[in-house]
Amino acid sequence: MTLYTSTVVTPRKPSRVWAKIGENTAYALGLPIILLIIWGIWSSISPALFFPSPLVIAEAFVETWIGPAFVNDVLPSLARLGISIVLAVVLGIAAGTVIGLVRWLRELLEPIFEFFRAVPPPVLIPIVAVLVGANDTMKVVVMVTGAIWPVLLNTIEGVRSTDSVMTETAQSFAITRSERLRFLVLPAASPRIMTGVRQCLSIALILMVISEMFFSSSGLGYQIVFFQRNYLIAQMWSGIVLLGLIGVLLAVIFGFVERRVLRWYHGVKEVERA
Amino acid sequence: MPESRSAAKPLLTVEHLRKVYESSTGNVEAIGDISFQMNAGELVCIVGPSGCGKTTLLKCIAGLLRPTSGVVELEGKRVTGPPPNMALVFQEYGRSLYPWLTVRGNVDLPLKHKKLSRAERDRLIDDALVAVGLDHAAKSYPWQLSGGMQQRVAIARAVAYEPEVLIMDEPFAAVDAQTRADLEDLVRTLHRERGMSILFVTHDIDESVYLGERVVVLSKSPTWVQEDLSIDLPAERDQLVTRALPRFTELRTHVYEQIQRAKRGEAVRPGVTAA
Repeated sequence: MTLYTSTVVTPRKPSRVWAKIGENTAYALGLPIILLIIWGIWSSISPALFFPSPLVIAEAFVETWIGPAFVNDVLPSLARLGISIVLAVVLGIAAGTVIGLVRWLRELLEPIFEFFRAVPPPVLIPIVAVLVGANDTMKVVVMVTGAIWPVLLNTIEGVRSTDSVMTETAQSFAITRSERLRFLVLPAASPRIMTGVRQCLSIALILMVISEMFFSSSGLGYQIVFFQRNYLIAQMWSGIVLLGLIGVLLAVIFGFVERRVLRWYHGVKEVERA
Repeated sequence: MPESRSAAKPLLTVEHLRKVYESSTGNVEAIGDISFQMNAGELVCIVGPSGCGKTTLLKCIAGLLRPTSGVVELEGKRVTGPPPNMALVFQEYGRSLYPWLTVRGNVDLPLKHKKLSRAERDRLIDDALVAVGLDHAAKSYPWQLSGGMQQRVAIARAVAYEPEVLIMDEPFAAVDAQTRADLEDLVRTLHRERGMSILFVTHDIDESVYLGERVVVLSKSPTWVQEDLSIDLPAERDQLVTRALPRFTELRTHVYEQIQRAKRGEAVRPGVTAA
């Protein structure tokens, strides 16, 4: 046999790994730091009421959010956001898998989906508030109904487009239904599903803020509007900064999960590009 | 269990198989009338001109496609869906292996629903990987391997499954010539050392003569069996020695001429009165 091609992976030297991490951090933080400096200089040269200096905002950030407001406003917001994202992802994947596998169901539902997807979710807030009351459930329902669509539609598309040879392989080896779902259909759809989840995160965050702007007396969205109406400009900006940080945090968590789930997919792509 | 099988009873029987594809532009008769038999422990090659419906035939045999009429029987049982005692190796190894599973995971997957202990499964997997020479790559992913090695994984998966019959659909059409020769010898070795019954579909005339104990030549579409040729070469085959034998040249010339006749549609179909 002549096919003992070696596929040994040599690990990078630790010193080079640290150098790489340092380089990446410099790239990631370089531009934000430069922008902050420019902003700071600009605001001290020509002070403007609506654009306080970053130091003022930082001070307001600590004063506003570190303390009782974190427990009363931020944590409940984050909890609702987390629950909504989990619900949207789980329901989206479950329903998407069933609809993707059953052709008549797909043909029946797709035109309706196009309609519902086109309806901007914030308009549901008054309706849902009437139906379930102006409470946490309303906010979660609004977030889920808005954020589920990218997951659902991408799952349907991913499940539907499972490779025919892969499916025939599973058939020929008489692989059972549940095994086929676990080892073929869901992994094959996972790149599409992850694309949907990525979109779902940002939609959920937007809807978190919007849902708290109506009929609310607490939450991140409520607080930002409250500050704005009371001319607490630095506080308002600090809320926006906090939202941005939450978004970055979500992206980091997503990136971590995505790298694990789609390790094979990135590997295949790398080989194809090589 | 070779004892339980009577020698007179064939392993695989294909009787008056016919397949018509219905489309909006009209019906296409892919397979006219194919009948042949295969005994246990045989290595039969099916060869035919391109577009003669080889893949259609295979899918009907594998239970992936319902024939318009006719019967496929495996061990006396009519094939209506994919039979549990049959394994397939496809031409498109890249689409037949699952990239999210390791080599080992791919070989293991079809064994999951066989009621085997973990130890027994591990033994089958190790044994199959050694047989194809890939025991060192068990933890790799298929996409980290070359094309020839990927096809070996697909073969290992079929070997570990312990099928009564192994069906290979132009398995080496997408690999380079040197790898192809290695893989041909691997198929011969599996057949000789493990007594595997193999139905090998190819468009390569030399390959069919080199590998097969019998070569079934198909006509052009609508397909029927033009010739069922016994290959009387020594069982011990070698890429250099066997291919240099005068008898090898005679046989390949014969098959080549048959294929040319098939392409021109000169061969006369016996008993064309069939509906």
